[in-house]
Amino acid sequence: MFDIQHNSKGLVAHGISACAGCGMELIMRNVLDVLGEDTIILIPPGCSALFSGFGDVSGLKIAGFQGNLENTAACAAGVRAALTAQGNTHTTVVAFAGDGATADIGLQSLSGVLERRDKIVYICYDNEAYMNTGTQGSSATPYYASTTTTPAGKPTGKKNLVQIVIAHDIPYAATASIHNLNDFRKKVQKAKDTDGPSMIHIQSPCPSGWKYDPAKTIEIARAAVQTGNWILYEYEDGKVTINNKPKELKPVEDYIGLQGRFKHLTEEQREELQNATTKNYEKYIKQLESMNN
Amino acid sequence: MAHKMLDGNEAAVEAMKLAKVQVISAYPITPQSSMSEKLSELVASGELKAEYIRVESEHSALSVATTAALTGVRAATATASNGLALMHEVLSMTSGNRLPIVMPVVNRGVAAPWTLWCEHGDAMAARDLGWMQFYCQNVQEVLDLTLLSYRVAEDERVLTPVMVCLDGFFLSHSMQKLDVPSQESADNFVGPYKRHNTYLDPKDPMFCCDLTGNGEFTEMRYQQKYAMDNALEVFEEIAGEFEERFGRKINIVEGYKTEDADVVLVALGSMCGTAKYVVDKMREEGKKVGLAEITVFRPFPVKQLKAVLTGKKVIGVFDRSAGLGSQGGPLWCETCALMIDENSDIRHYVGGLGGRDVTAANLEKIYNELLEIIEGKRTEHTEWIDLKENPLDIRKVAKNV
Repeated sequence: MFDIQHNSKGLVAHGISACAGCGMELIMRNVLDVLGEDTIILIPPGCSALFSGFGDVSGLKIAGFQGNLENTAACAAGVRAALTAQGNTHTTVVAFAGDGATADIGLQSLSGVLERRDKIVYICYDNEAYMNTGTQGSSATPYYASTTTTPAGKPTGKKNLVQIVIAHDIPYAATASIHNLNDFRKKVQKAKDTDGPSMIHIQSPCPSGWKYDPAKTIEIARAAVQTGNWILYEYEDGKVTINNKPKELKPVEDYIGLQGRFKHLTEEQREELQNATTKNYEKYIKQLESMNN
Repeated sequence: MAHKMLDGNEAAVEAMKLAKVQVISAYPITPQSSMSEKLSELVASGELKAEYIRVESEHSALSVATTAALTGVRAATATASNGLALMHEVLSMTSGNRLPIVMPVVNRGVAAPWTLWCEHGDAMAARDLGWMQFYCQNVQEVLDLTLLSYRVAEDERVLTPVMVCLDGFFLSHSMQKLDVPSQESADNFVGPYKRHNTYLDPKDPMFCCDLTGNGEFTEMRYQQKYAMDNALEVFEEIAGEFEERFGRKINIVEGYKTEDADVVLVALGSMCGTAKYVVDKMREEGKKVGLAEITVFRPFPVKQLKAVLTGKKVIGVFDRSAGLGSQGGPLWCETCALMIDENSDIRHYVGGLGGRDVTAANLEKIYNELLEIIEGKRTEHTEWIDLKENPLDIRKVAKNV
């Protein structure tokens, strides 16, 4: 039983030691606000472990467990199996993990859960690198972004996590952005109501790792969508809905120009990144549209 | 009580069924695979009411079992060899969160070289991660020790997981006629699973396993050590109850004809059966030899083994794992530490690796060496007892070098 020290609004403590302007904190507060207290959360070591707490103090008012880095999905499956064995059909089981714990080291256990149709909600907050250990590159780090292990810019593009998830043909998968919280919260509700595995991949701008003014987190999230760097869509019972298709993409510079992680790029590289982004966006939209044929 | 013909894997499954495990997560690996199969059959047929999670790796197998146990049910998995190695980091999660999972480990060497067959190197590599380890000598013991393990592990003085170690193929695939307790008597012995101290429950929420600073970490480790210290006494108590109910005695350490023995061999696992045969045979020849069979390796049974070995001038210790880089195998190191105040000559033997049979002839050779040492007729012993004459020539590259 928790001994509540501060009656903060919602299920997350007011004083979380996330960085100023952290996208993940906003994501967690909204996720738990939608899921409610009848929820068990699984968190790997990483930035989201700030919510697990330290010592005998937790940042959350709900039941939770911090597992290993690569088994968040499997840990969620174990909780679900035990709830089922005890006749509990009402509690939501949510896995809350970053891109490293999901797209890299945790991909196998996530795939296992998706293939078995375990009823869990999986939220991947994607800050596009290993931020908790000091901004090392992950497979979700975008093309040309500088990290401490891709100092000259990452030479390869971002792994398409949601398409890998969708390849398992699960009932519900979606991408989301914190600049549109209404859209995100609706998606979390849908994920909660899904009878089977559901997954939401949400971009989580990171002022410390992306090197920008913490006040600009929402602006950057919006720019990612408007420049074609982040596409909002849902996959629901086999049908794709693109939530936001800008008539015309804004120049990539509107997005990368705000961030220190792209500061090293030459004019040539910027042009190349613009072309790559446009090409990738068009290809991806075409692919998504063709999935409904 | 009924009699059934079962192999070691079936015996372990029978015990899991009798204990009414509620969540099973299993991943097949030789020589454990038939356990994964049999458990899924029991669940599919409704004979065992449990959730069967067909996981994609051993890492996930133990992760699922661990959080299932944390959510308040009796959870099960089983593995062997490389599977146990893959579980390595999760083993500490299970024990550190004080989750009393009982896991059969079918002992098989860890690659490389690839082997499918028995040695204890897999379990020995995981011996210091806060799990108890019980080694079975025969198939009946697989059933008995597994059943007993639920009581020991789940006892609130212990709350520590158990590996029930059974020798790959020698036990896992050997049929034996077993006494199998009735479901009713097993229910009365094991009882329902009760959660303790840490659990996941939305109605009584707590967060488990967050980051712990150096102000508390040592004490939490000490709690595990304290539980290990309690475990032998609890084992003895529950083994007494087991004997009363089922009529079979399970010893932490058994001294077989050790009392008047001039030399004693310390061993664990299925080789003990062969060793007993050798002891009997040599006794007929007037050679006073004895065997210390260790069932409980973790926690190490200091008091019990010391009672058997005290006063013995020459002792042999048989490690079925190589202890690479160490002064000797784990069993030998433990025995030496145990006998630090005794004036004993403790000889280290390695053998039975990668499925090589521990033969009666080799055990006899060991006993004869030990007897010659005590009689002052030799000083050296054959440490790698079943090593071929040309070990360095094996797989020697003949060309293109």
